[in-house]
Amino acid sequence: MSHATPASSDEVAVRLRDASIGYGDVPIVSHVDLTVRRGEAVAVLGSNGSGKTTLARGLLGLATVLGGEVELLGAPVGRLRERGRVGYVPQRHTVSGAVPATVREVVSVGRLARRGLLRRLGPADRAAVGEAVAAVGLADRMEEPVASLSGGQQRRVLVARALAAQPELLIMDEPTAGVDAASQAALAGVLARVAAAGTTLLVVTHETGPLSGVLTRAVVVDHGRIRYDGPLAGADAPGGHDDGHCGPEEPVTGYRLDQPTVSARAAGGRR
Amino acid sequence: MEILEYGFMQRALLASVMVGLVAPAVGVFLVQRRLSLLGDGLGHVALTGVGIGVLTSTAPVGGALVAAVLGAVLIELVRARGRTSGDVALAVLFYGGIAGGVVLLSLAPRGQATNLDAYLFGAITTTSSGDLAVFAVIAVAVLAVVGLLGARLYAVSDDEEYARAVGLPVLALNIALAALVAATVVLSMRVVGLLLISALMIVPSAVAQLLARSFRQTLYLACAIGLVVSVSGTTTSYYTGTPSGGTIVLIAIALFLAVSAGVAMRDATARRRHGRRSEVHAAHPHEHGEGCGHPAVAHGDHVDYDHDGHLHAPHLTGSGVHYDEHGTRRAIDG
Repeated sequence: MSHATPASSDEVAVRLRDASIGYGDVPIVSHVDLTVRRGEAVAVLGSNGSGKTTLARGLLGLATVLGGEVELLGAPVGRLRERGRVGYVPQRHTVSGAVPATVREVVSVGRLARRGLLRRLGPADRAAVGEAVAAVGLADRMEEPVASLSGGQQRRVLVARALAAQPELLIMDEPTAGVDAASQAALAGVLARVAAAGTTLLVVTHETGPLSGVLTRAVVVDHGRIRYDGPLAGADAPGGHDDGHCGPEEPVTGYRLDQPTVSARAAGGRR
Repeated sequence: MEILEYGFMQRALLASVMVGLVAPAVGVFLVQRRLSLLGDGLGHVALTGVGIGVLTSTAPVGGALVAAVLGAVLIELVRARGRTSGDVALAVLFYGGIAGGVVLLSLAPRGQATNLDAYLFGAITTTSSGDLAVFAVIAVAVLAVVGLLGARLYAVSDDEEYARAVGLPVLALNIALAALVAATVVLSMRVVGLLLISALMIVPSAVAQLLARSFRQTLYLACAIGLVVSVSGTTTSYYTGTPSGGTIVLIAIALFLAVSAGVAMRDATARRRHGRRSEVHAAHPHEHGEGCGHPAVAHGDHVDYDHDGHLHAPHLTGSGVHYDEHGTRRAIDG
């Protein structure tokens, strides 16, 4: 297994070296090497149970790093002091709090981590919240209860919450699964703009279809290992998108199992 | 007002104002976090503190405060470990708390304030001036912390995983919330009682969330409702001679049922009206679309069709296209 070409740490958004990630002491992802440079837009593909979500959760500090090294924005994952530099869109389908909350209130949470424990949100924060909500096309729903929105719109609210933090690295878990076509298109537009602005994207997904114009590199995870790493086109056969509802044993459509495990990206050098 | 002539009633009403305002301000976060019964458990734990306080002839309020806050910290640490045994550990802590309290109080010498019912269910005659001073400090402190940390407490209560991922101090905030709950439990121990305080944290919030559109609205409305039911329950208990805690909670629950029924009726009326219009529209000769003759109006994320001054929002149902009423065109343009 080859290692990524050396790159100085300020150019690297994510670096895994022989990393094992799991829960308790059970590894789900084992001995993985992966380097994502700043500004890349990467799809992390794999079937249910492949470990792709665990990989992402390891970067977010939500799963345990059991071995090897995991670095984020130049710091080991446990020591990254400003976690607010990392944006996260969880796999939830809806915003599910028991108490009503407006779009503004949910998205404002995205600013809190950048403001320490006590500082109140100021005009700059409110502006960032407004921009983020406008970016996902919900500006006219700002003061409405989130529960009154459709599932796809609620997902866009969660995207706006992550964008409001103006993250350097944005990690999303299945942002398009179960989302209506209008919201998928809105999401693709937003991510294209975010990527163009230099934000590193790491999108865990079953299906690259709706985002294939944005994501350029694919990392395919299978049984806790990286099975393919290279251009998205090479991982994604035409018409091979599934609908995001495949069963646990169903393989990901569209990538070739006969691809070499060696990182095509590493061999190919920089983008 | 006759009841204000009695010193004990003045003290009871002051205490009920404080607890009525403070309990829902903390309870809203518990409801959001789906941890409504935390206050109940901490009330159990506080009883051991009361027992120790009475036995050692120190103030039972102080003992309860220490026990409840320690219990709160312990609970969050157990929860943070996330083991399946956490559930059992909590049960042991809660029932150990109430059992310890009952046994310790039974050991207290005669002539001391050992009326167990009063601690558990509230009594208007028991609030001392010293209690009031402690309660005032607790009430101000709790409201100040909610004011200071409210946004963060909301963030952690709403989506703990997200809060953790973006680096908010989740454990510290959870412990802070649990400590607030513990302080509120103690604040309640005279008028509402340790076993019933949880209701005054939760029920006003449950009423408010039926009516409010935002978290902030829910918080303020819950506090207002808490204040009203707490004061009116305390007043009622003076005339009926019933325990104040039970009276307050019954009034709160009656309000919850009334508001639930009102909201259900409002929704049913809206559905019926919607149904009636749908029947008219079922006879509609066409599906709205490009060139159907009805002007298309962009409305947020979808397109409505202007149909003789009111708007049709098409959506697919199992049996075909169905139209929601989305108000008049003027409402959107304006």
